[in-house]
Amino acid sequence: MIEIGLGHYLTLGAIIFSLGTLGIFLNRKNVIVILMSIELILLAVNINLVSFSIYLSDITGQIFTMLILTVAAAEAAIGLAIIVSYYRNKGSIRVEEIDEMKG
Amino acid sequence: MIAHAIFFYFFSIIAIISAIFVIVSRNTVHAVFFLILDFISIACLFIMIGAEFLGMMMLIVYVGAVAVLFLFVVMLMNVTEQKLSWFRGTKKSGHIPTGLIVGSVILLELVVIAGGWKYRNTFSETKFLSFDENFTNTHLIGNVMYTDYIHLFQVSGIILLLSMIGAIVLTYRKREGVKKQNYFDQVSREREDSVKLVDVEFDKGVKVDD
Repeated sequence: MIEIGLGHYLTLGAIIFSLGTLGIFLNRKNVIVILMSIELILLAVNINLVSFSIYLSDITGQIFTMLILTVAAAEAAIGLAIIVSYYRNKGSIRVEEIDEMKG
Repeated sequence: MIAHAIFFYFFSIIAIISAIFVIVSRNTVHAVFFLILDFISIACLFIMIGAEFLGMMMLIVYVGAVAVLFLFVVMLMNVTEQKLSWFRGTKKSGHIPTGLIVGSVILLELVVIAGGWKYRNTFSETKFLSFDENFTNTHLIGNVMYTDYIHLFQVSGIILLLSMIGAIVLTYRKREGVKKQNYFDQVSREREDSVKLVDVEFDKGVKVDD
């Protein structure tokens, strides 16, 4: 318990990852919360990469984390733009009302 | 070592609790606030473990840009009326038990794999100062990023450019009745288009607005 190792960080990443997955499934409100859950998932991946990078003394993991940071920012921008234009057309972003594709 | 454990548990408990609140809070604005808290505590973990540059970068990119973007969009939209439907909609949904099962199985698998793995001895001992101490974290990242990973770096710049263009294209709308300046039309105007020489007859005048 006192000795913090790689496993602790990986467990933290696993917990946050599953919370993000749960957030996608359980969400009945609006799509923005789904986007935030995706951000949580990417954050968990970042935790894993950084902790591996530190514990293996290899800087490459941190480079990958920066790339994921870039992709996360781009994804948030595009997703929010889609949501804004959807809201402008339909007037609502409730998850249960978005069923045009009958998925 | 004790301090490391104390700070790890402190920040990670804050991170987990705020992640829970992100997905269950009724108000979307509160969810964004908890997301910010989550990012900040994870950034503190990064700084504590020795990845200072990434921790600061997370603060700048996530808290400074992404979370503020979320806040803008949430406040632009009328989400206050959706406050009361917490976890349940008007229609019956079969997603919740499936989601609970899938989420718990994912958590179980990940914890079993990641937390219970028997690492090689060289992995498990904490050696987060084992980088070359003459260089800072930023220096190390810069050494690698602009040499070995220069193509990935440039591709990520292109990704950012693409996302910027995409966001503008998606949200652009042409509005009617807005007068705009068109430089090409202004510059390419010829003398013949705009000036006409007329011989004015005496005592007749000239009609101006025809």
